[in-house]
Amino acid sequence: MSALIEVENLRVRFPGDHGPTDVVRGISFSLGRERLGIVGESGSGKSMTGRALMGLVPAPGRAIADRMVFDGIDLARLDERGFRRLRGARLSMVLQDPKFSLNPVIRIGEQIGEALAFHSRASRRERRRRVLDVLAAVRIDDPERVYRLFPHEVSGGMGQRVMIAMMVVLEPDVMIADEPTSALDVSVRAQVLEIMDDLVRRRGMGLVLISHDLEMVARWCDRVLVMYDGRIVEECAAGRLAEATHPYTKGLLASTPHLDDARELLPVLDRGALGASR
Amino acid sequence: MAQAEIGAEQRASRIPRASAAALLRRGRSLAWIALTLALTLLGLMAVTFVVGRVVPIDPVIAVVGERASQAVYDAARIEMGLDDPVVVQFARYVMDVLRGDLGMSVTTQRPVMEDLARVFPATLEMATLGILIGVTLGVPMGVVAAARQGTLVDQVIRVLGLAGYAIPAFWIGLVGLVVFYASLGWVGGPGRIDFFLDGMVEPVTGLLLVDSLLAGDMESFGSAFSHIVLPATILGFFSLAYISRMTRSFMLEQLGQEYIVTARAKGAPERVVVWRHAFKPIRVQLVTVVGLSYAALLEGSVMIETVFSWPGIGNYLTNALLNADMNAVLGATLLIGVVFIAINKLSDLLYLIIDPRARS
Repeated sequence: MSALIEVENLRVRFPGDHGPTDVVRGISFSLGRERLGIVGESGSGKSMTGRALMGLVPAPGRAIADRMVFDGIDLARLDERGFRRLRGARLSMVLQDPKFSLNPVIRIGEQIGEALAFHSRASRRERRRRVLDVLAAVRIDDPERVYRLFPHEVSGGMGQRVMIAMMVVLEPDVMIADEPTSALDVSVRAQVLEIMDDLVRRRGMGLVLISHDLEMVARWCDRVLVMYDGRIVEECAAGRLAEATHPYTKGLLASTPHLDDARELLPVLDRGALGASR
Repeated sequence: MAQAEIGAEQRASRIPRASAAALLRRGRSLAWIALTLALTLLGLMAVTFVVGRVVPIDPVIAVVGERASQAVYDAARIEMGLDDPVVVQFARYVMDVLRGDLGMSVTTQRPVMEDLARVFPATLEMATLGILIGVTLGVPMGVVAAARQGTLVDQVIRVLGLAGYAIPAFWIGLVGLVVFYASLGWVGGPGRIDFFLDGMVEPVTGLLLVDSLLAGDMESFGSAFSHIVLPATILGFFSLAYISRMTRSFMLEQLGQEYIVTARAKGAPERVVVWRHAFKPIRVQLVTVVGLSYAALLEGSVMIETVFSWPGIGNYLTNALLNADMNAVLGATLLIGVVFIAINKLSDLLYLIIDPRARS
């Protein structure tokens, strides 16, 4: 499989009062036209890995890598202008909670259409038509109506479909979804994931699904990276998570409750044994 | 699974289509604004009424003089209605105010209403020009300062804003007069217009700039403009200091929001991120800030009006106070209160237009 993105020795570094801190500490991985899951607990560096790929590590943080290549472009040495040309058009990102990630005072249709305005010379009419098409593609029944609504007028599930529509309207090569369903009701999660999955497969995109939910990632991804303390501690096919070897992954799997559980207490991670160095 | 959501969508779909219901709702919110307006005005009149009664100035003595006999004093007191129950007096006061009768001014020997109609436009003209300067410069300055937080531009803008707080108005007014009027001769001196043009323009609105334009008298317009430009700029500088500071902090809050990340993830250029995605949501807050600064300017800056011999409401009120001219003081206070309330209600109406969340 030809790789879309290849990352070697990526670090995300924040300056601090006591010298710099690395929240991502030298990870290497590649992404093809596949669905790659990145799992880990809060603070494991999974979100920052996604931001680094987009060139959106918040200041004063910085992403440093030996190599971070996307389709022949070295992202590690790309300037802001170069990133701007890629963002939305070839690399895109779905954020966690549509309540906060959609602009409250701009109509949904215009928010989606913006991406087209930044990256194409499409006329106003053409933009409108494409926005309506993409709204239909994320299975919104009445695109004409939703086009005119403001974000506070739609439900969380629909908001997240709008977000996805915004990020696929230009048919990017790679979509990074950072906890795309954690803010949603359990009842609509599967629906949103299914829509995303369908678009990714049909358009042959690479998907990076960032989550803390092992089971979800195992179900919707081809391959899984497990991150802990800024490092990748496990990499395996999604179907083979049960055969994981790293003690952290095993610990996580062991702490998942089951319906037929006879255990009184779920096991607690023994962090001392994991050798966390912070 | 999707059942609940579809139901919610159908419910939502009725709202924009049912225009009659929307109109009714809007009508109801306008009626609500009108009702609160009336109540606030009544409250304001109650306050001025009470203030007028508790101040240690005897209105009867003000009329009959200190050496009048007790009999004359008592007769005047009854004639002025001061023996009536308080409620009756208040009702009479409210009726008088509603008819536009604010009593006579002791100092000017004219009805207070006439005085106010003369002095308020002078203040209105200067305050309006001042707030225009404050907004057109202050808002962009605050936005730029926030977008370039921590840079030299930000520092310069912050120092300017701080200066607006720290420098006394009379000092900058005097220095301005010395430099731009006395030395350079770029602007007119104190007063609203050159004295040989005074009274040449028929007052229609009371705003000299407008009246001279209406009359087509360009000489008067030029003179009035050269007189107003310096004090209005100084007022503008003070409101600019406040407006740019507030704009900067509103913008910093916005720039930390998630939807800013979304905008960047779409490939938005910095200009669009700042002016569309971050600035648009703060317009509602800015309306409040600008409304408050405008109201403050309309109270009349006594310092500036004194330094520039500006016949505005600040000057009038100060004179009235010094002369214990209660009718004038209460009338001017009432007018300032009404202006304040009007601007507040206007901001409320503007919210309905600007903010989609307030509309629904």
